[in-house]
Amino acid sequence: MEQFIQQLVNGISLGSIYALIALGYTMVYGIVKLINFAHGDVFMVGAFIGFYSITILDLGFFPALLISMAACAIFGVLIERIAYKPLRNATRIAALITAIGVSLFIEYGTIYLRGAQPEAYPNDAVPLKSIELFGVKISGQSILILAVSIILMIVLQFIVHKTKIGKAMRAVSHDMDAARLMGINVNNTISATFAIGSALAGAAGVIFGMYYTKIDPLMGIIPGLKAFVAAVLGGIGMIPGAMVGGLLLGVIEALVSAVGGSLWRDAVAFVVLILILIFRPAGLFGKNVREKV
Amino acid sequence: MRKRKLAGIFMSLMAAAGVIAGCSSSSSSGGGSDEGGEIKIGANLELSGGVASYGQSIKEGIDLALEEINKEGIDGKKIKLVTYDNKSEAPEAIAGATKLISQDKVAAIIGSATSGNTKAQIEIAQSNSTPLLTPTGTASDVTVKDGKLNDFVFRTCFIDPFQGTVAAQFAAQDLKVKTAAIFIDSSSDYSKGLADSFKEKFEAEGGKIVTQEAYVAKDTDFHSQLTNIKGKNPDFVFIPGYYEEVGLIVKQARELGLTVPLMGADGWDSPTLVDLAGKEALNNTFITNHYSSGDDDAKVQEFVKAFKAKYKDKSPDAFNALGYDSAYFIADAIKRAGSSDPKKIQKALAETDGLELVTGVMKLDKNHDPIKSAVILEYNDGEQQFKSKVDPE
Repeated sequence: MEQFIQQLVNGISLGSIYALIALGYTMVYGIVKLINFAHGDVFMVGAFIGFYSITILDLGFFPALLISMAACAIFGVLIERIAYKPLRNATRIAALITAIGVSLFIEYGTIYLRGAQPEAYPNDAVPLKSIELFGVKISGQSILILAVSIILMIVLQFIVHKTKIGKAMRAVSHDMDAARLMGINVNNTISATFAIGSALAGAAGVIFGMYYTKIDPLMGIIPGLKAFVAAVLGGIGMIPGAMVGGLLLGVIEALVSAVGGSLWRDAVAFVVLILILIFRPAGLFGKNVREKV
Repeated sequence: MRKRKLAGIFMSLMAAAGVIAGCSSSSSSGGGSDEGGEIKIGANLELSGGVASYGQSIKEGIDLALEEINKEGIDGKKIKLVTYDNKSEAPEAIAGATKLISQDKVAAIIGSATSGNTKAQIEIAQSNSTPLLTPTGTASDVTVKDGKLNDFVFRTCFIDPFQGTVAAQFAAQDLKVKTAAIFIDSSSDYSKGLADSFKEKFEAEGGKIVTQEAYVAKDTDFHSQLTNIKGKNPDFVFIPGYYEEVGLIVKQARELGLTVPLMGADGWDSPTLVDLAGKEALNNTFITNHYSSGDDDAKVQEFVKAFKAKYKDKSPDAFNALGYDSAYFIADAIKRAGSSDPKKIQKALAETDGLELVTGVMKLDKNHDPIKSAVILEYNDGEQQFKSKVDPE
């Protein structure tokens, strides 16, 4: 029983990182119908910015987190303006291929700039003791991850539902042309979406670095794909779906390992993707929207 | 397209030239080199490229050894080292071996640091009957291929599975643990080989393997597997992996409250391990290795002193020591052969028994694999400390 709870805790920690990345995927998809494959690499860049803030600028965890989020927001907007905006009216496959190109560019650009060797986050950046709860050992870092993730998700819900820019985002995702006719600045709204999504990925990067210590220029690939699965699982385009999908995927992976299938963990994640695409293509939270003709 | 074609033709011409060179030299081999009181030995090492630090360290060891050997010489003759930089690439290693044998007519070749680059030269060494000695190639199929012995190939280091045996012996006899868990990198032959030999020896010592978990290289999350291991309450966990993953495993294991001794092998031996795991988490962990500069054996301390005198107070690592020992290994064989004829040297190398070296007393088994002692190191606040020396049984 203890072991089962411990596995759940492991899964939720991992899942909240997936959820933070999945939010960016789902927001961007919701608004421009583009799978932004470079998103996992924004996550990687965020991890490195956090790392350099802590080691070179000698900052604590929270300032590093904020710097990384701000830098990633700018980076996300730049990617959108340079790579995706010129293709907004092109075919979706062209935009998708561009996204893959941007992803490779960021990965190997980083290797060119600093080499491929991994870095280790300093262990003492967050001086938190682990606590024992019903015989289950929960590290301070897991709790911190969960707390930061939940706070960021609440902030996101607030932005989307209670602010003007959130209203604009929802309007653009519903119908871009109609929104434009209503006087909404579509370009700025799309940029804001990229900024918020990328800031969340940056935050996930710093949290990942804290929790798993090792970061390297290709670290974004697998979490990026898993977060994509999580976004689809929850229903791509749906913000609550991304959160639930992320947590669910993390827990599924932990439980698969718990029953002795640790080598099947990645396979199971993608089997989940296939099953959801076959049986419920709109995802757990998706509505069945009829194609507009 | 055209350019690529030309390059292709050029490459195949080069390859053909290499083959011809190999053939022509085989007719002249057997003579070795014996010019004006000098015996030529080749060194085919990784002096630049991906694993340059290995080759450079070995070269430092060889240089020191030859300096000492040449003070007296062997039967009045001095050993001359002909060095070839294989740039850490197998094709260059082949070219190097061909050049050393056909042009320089060396009596034997020391090289290379990695098993892969050594394997690339086996064919040339075998067909030219020239001994090839790798200081640090630990893969078991370097000396034996498909059950057949490569009779001209030798090594100074022990082979991979041996470290698993030593670890099991240490766990059962010194730490006196009864149950152990194994956590392997299922994408690495090295890891699997060590795990198998550990299991065999540990069970022979009366211990019990309670669970075996696996990961693949590049994983970052090991919490689930470690939670499973912790649930089985082992007294000891054997983790034969490489430092990039092991660093994270050790950190996560301690976070989950797995406080039992953890142990690995020479794959852990990197300063990066300490950065990843943290000094505190690494306490109560052990590794097996070829050699330790902290060993209080007189022969080791003499070597450490001589090495520090020559290389500005640098403390010699396992590569330095194995390079040093490789030179002595060959010098001893030349002396016993009483000749610089490669075939006689080969015979003398194979008959080596009881040669005292820095990394242990050398005796070869029928597969040309050394049977010698390994050292156990313990991590103490991020520093490796010499714990004990384990002799093979």
